[in-house]
Amino acid sequence: MNGIHDLGGMHGLGKILHTPDEPVFRSEWEGRVFAMLLSVNGVGHVNTDEFRHSMERMEPAQYLSVSYYEHWLHGLETLLYEKGIIAVADLDAKLAQIKGNDACQ
Amino acid sequence: MTSHEHDHDHTKPPSELELRVKALESLLVERKIVEAAALDAIVDAYENKIGPRNGAAVVARAWVDPDYKVRLFADSTAAIAELGFSGLQGEDLAVVENTPAVHNMIVCTLCSCYPWPTLGLPPSWYKAAPYRSRVVIDPRGVLKELGLDVPADKEVRVWDSTAEVRYMVLPERPSGTDGWTEAQLMELITRDSMIGAGLTKSPVKAQ
Repeated sequence: MNGIHDLGGMHGLGKILHTPDEPVFRSEWEGRVFAMLLSVNGVGHVNTDEFRHSMERMEPAQYLSVSYYEHWLHGLETLLYEKGIIAVADLDAKLAQIKGNDACQ
Repeated sequence: MTSHEHDHDHTKPPSELELRVKALESLLVERKIVEAAALDAIVDAYENKIGPRNGAAVVARAWVDPDYKVRLFADSTAAIAELGFSGLQGEDLAVVENTPAVHNMIVCTLCSCYPWPTLGLPPSWYKAAPYRSRVVIDPRGVLKELGLDVPADKEVRVWDSTAEVRYMVLPERPSGTDGWTEAQLMELITRDSMIGAGLTKSPVKAQ
């Protein structure tokens, strides 16, 4: 399916930022997102094809502007909502709770 | 995560993104959809166990054992599993061989498919738009940008990975390594040489 993810042959996307070596995960949150996706995939909540599709449906400007594991987070959240495993309001409430806790520390 | 809620560095406030991921994990743990310990184990495996050392072992074996090399091209997935490497994103692996006449390189134009069991998770530039977009229209230009000048009379082949088939490159064995053990040879085999984005290390410098 055509979409912004189908990048082969596009022009003007900039210089390759090659790194001879780099950490597997650049921040702890990247590893947690990776592991959460593998977990829900492993037990059958989400399959690999629908996960790819969830990222391919991202809004094009957003797709090109955010980091790799933000694509994963977007895809993971989208599928959890669409499948009714969690609701947007659940995550919002949890986020508010965590922010409240952080403010008290 | 609960065990270290109070021993992290408080000098920098967590970003919105970090908090969001933390909230998502807490929610999924509460709902018993994921287990924090299982997430820890996955992160540990990909940070410390599954990486390009695995691929280097495959390459070194293929260099020293002609029978293994035959098996590697007959059924790459099975031959790689012989060395104990299999699993996610390695269900169907294909090895492509560099020769004096051909230089191979791999990409995933659609996303980030990569042979996890042999190379681990891909580096950031492999997953980013510039490499994915350009390598299929200007591979020589990309190689030059990466510091590799491929002679005009050498063919360059680009393999676009899919969710089904993941490629890795068998680099050419460097000359001057006759009689080297597999362990010695492995030291010459870089991640980039198995992507086709670089060469093996020089045996002179390595010794």
